[in-house]
Amino acid sequence: MNGLENTSLLYLEDVYKIYGGHTVLDDIDLAVASGEIITLVGPSGCGKSTLLRLVLGQEFPTSGTLLIDGEFPGFPNSTRGIVYQKYSLFPHLTVLKNVTAGPELNLGFFERRQKKAELIEEAEHYLEKVRLAEHMYKYPHQLSGGMRQRVAIAQSLIMKPKILLMDEPFGALDPGTREDMQMFLLELWEEIGMTIFFVTHDLEEAVFIGSRILVLSQHYTDDRGNEDGVKRGAKIVYDHSLEKMASATSVKDKPEFSELIRHIRQQGFEPEYQQHVKDFDLKHHHSFRTINQPEYDPE
Amino acid sequence: MDEQKPDSGVEKLQAKKLPIFWGLHAEPPKGLRWLLIIIPFVLLVALYLFASDYRHKRNPSDKLLPTVSKMADAVKRAAFEKNKRTGERQLWSDTWASMKRIGIGLGFSAICGLFLGLYLGLLPGIRNLLLPFITFVSIIPPLAILPILFIVFGVDELAKVVLIFFGTFPIITRDIYLSVKKIPREQIIKALTLGASQHAVVFRVITPQIIPKLIDTVRVNMGPAWLFLIASEAIAATSGLGYRIFLVRRYLAMDTIIPYVLWIVLIGLTIDNVLKMIIRYKFSWYLANKD
Repeated sequence: MNGLENTSLLYLEDVYKIYGGHTVLDDIDLAVASGEIITLVGPSGCGKSTLLRLVLGQEFPTSGTLLIDGEFPGFPNSTRGIVYQKYSLFPHLTVLKNVTAGPELNLGFFERRQKKAELIEEAEHYLEKVRLAEHMYKYPHQLSGGMRQRVAIAQSLIMKPKILLMDEPFGALDPGTREDMQMFLLELWEEIGMTIFFVTHDLEEAVFIGSRILVLSQHYTDDRGNEDGVKRGAKIVYDHSLEKMASATSVKDKPEFSELIRHIRQQGFEPEYQQHVKDFDLKHHHSFRTINQPEYDPE
Repeated sequence: MDEQKPDSGVEKLQAKKLPIFWGLHAEPPKGLRWLLIIIPFVLLVALYLFASDYRHKRNPSDKLLPTVSKMADAVKRAAFEKNKRTGERQLWSDTWASMKRIGIGLGFSAICGLFLGLYLGLLPGIRNLLLPFITFVSIIPPLAILPILFIVFGVDELAKVVLIFFGTFPIITRDIYLSVKKIPREQIIKALTLGASQHAVVFRVITPQIIPKLIDTVRVNMGPAWLFLIASEAIAATSGLGYRIFLVRRYLAMDTIIPYVLWIVLIGLTIDNVLKMIIRYKFSWYLANKD
């Protein structure tokens, strides 16, 4: 125990996720402060989405502690918002109704009707924030991919979740729209200051968006040896804070940016580059680890 | 010369007109499309008139293929003249009796199918409890248990309604169940993160998405519903469209049977189109998302 479990918005300690003998997440320790925009990146199949589902409450750790605001979070509820790559929006509702859906689902039949004007006003406020006020009477199928994701963000934000989870939200967009959405999300984050947990497989996107980057990877080694019985799952192998300077996509062309990406790619994405558990590059000031004996044996 | 070859090939292709009727690439022009629709109907009517005329020439009192005027007379009698014995206008009282049976039977099976389908699709416990049972029930041929229904529910209205219910309910339930299962898991999780209760997920998030599907499956089940209606009316009834057809069969009264069949077709088409319109105007998003 280190006190972080009380001060962090999201706190994981010794979290394992094992599916029938196959370890996916292998002793994850993580503390996230409020107001961060965390990007989680890693090679495909490393368990990024599994970790997100644990935070969401759609699945539970096989063992270990997971706390949100110091409490055990349980099944999905309004403490966590979610934006998926697809299917975030309700196809049978207009944009406006999609955004008011959250507050309305929490009200009874009569209250909903009494507060109608209030709800619409609030929804319009969020729709203006995501620059979609003029499209509010359209249905999701009438919108472009980028617009749909913006509605999904407004739909989640109206519930003021403690943490907004995003699962490859821009993965299905074309490159131009994708860059616009990255900029848009950063501007929105600077304006509102919500906590975001952003999962992506695109390293460039992760470095561009995040105020803190986590790399989850199964390419590492430890003192458990390489016998047949040893099955390692993914660990967080890289944890740094990122300078969030003037957020313009032009930073992507700077040499520091590509140097950082090259560095992270080597640490997390190259199967041949096997770092030892004790050497992981975990520089973020909230980073902590509880290494268990068999993994790291100084003797 | 060689370089020009592909060009001339393209020209050849462009010059070649698309077939208007035959083949994979056919593109019938608009006028022809209407003509094509009408052709089978015109052929059928022409064939009938010819055959009827031929038979009447040989035997003026032929009953098998009545002339149009004979049918018109029969319709007039059935639709506008009060029956001497019952004092009712027969066509309308028959229609009302049949529609009531179909309406109640199919209505009940739509409501039960909707609820059961929702629960089967969303609640794993209920799915384990009831899905194999529903599958079992759906394989029983409804007509095979018609005698049981008559014995248990009597030969009155109830047995007929139960037959229609029994014949359509398992199919509607399975249809709803399958489309509930097709709704992405993300939608449910999303609703929960918006603070929805389990109850609200079922009835305020999933149900509105399923309603147009329900209308669609009711449309499809109109066919079986008519089948079960007429089968039960043929066996035991005192009124109804199916009852009338089977009653006048004894007198070879084709002049009544044919208009009655056409009337059933007209009712079926009207109901189908009304339901289609409801989907088009009330659930435009449903048509847009249907692949």
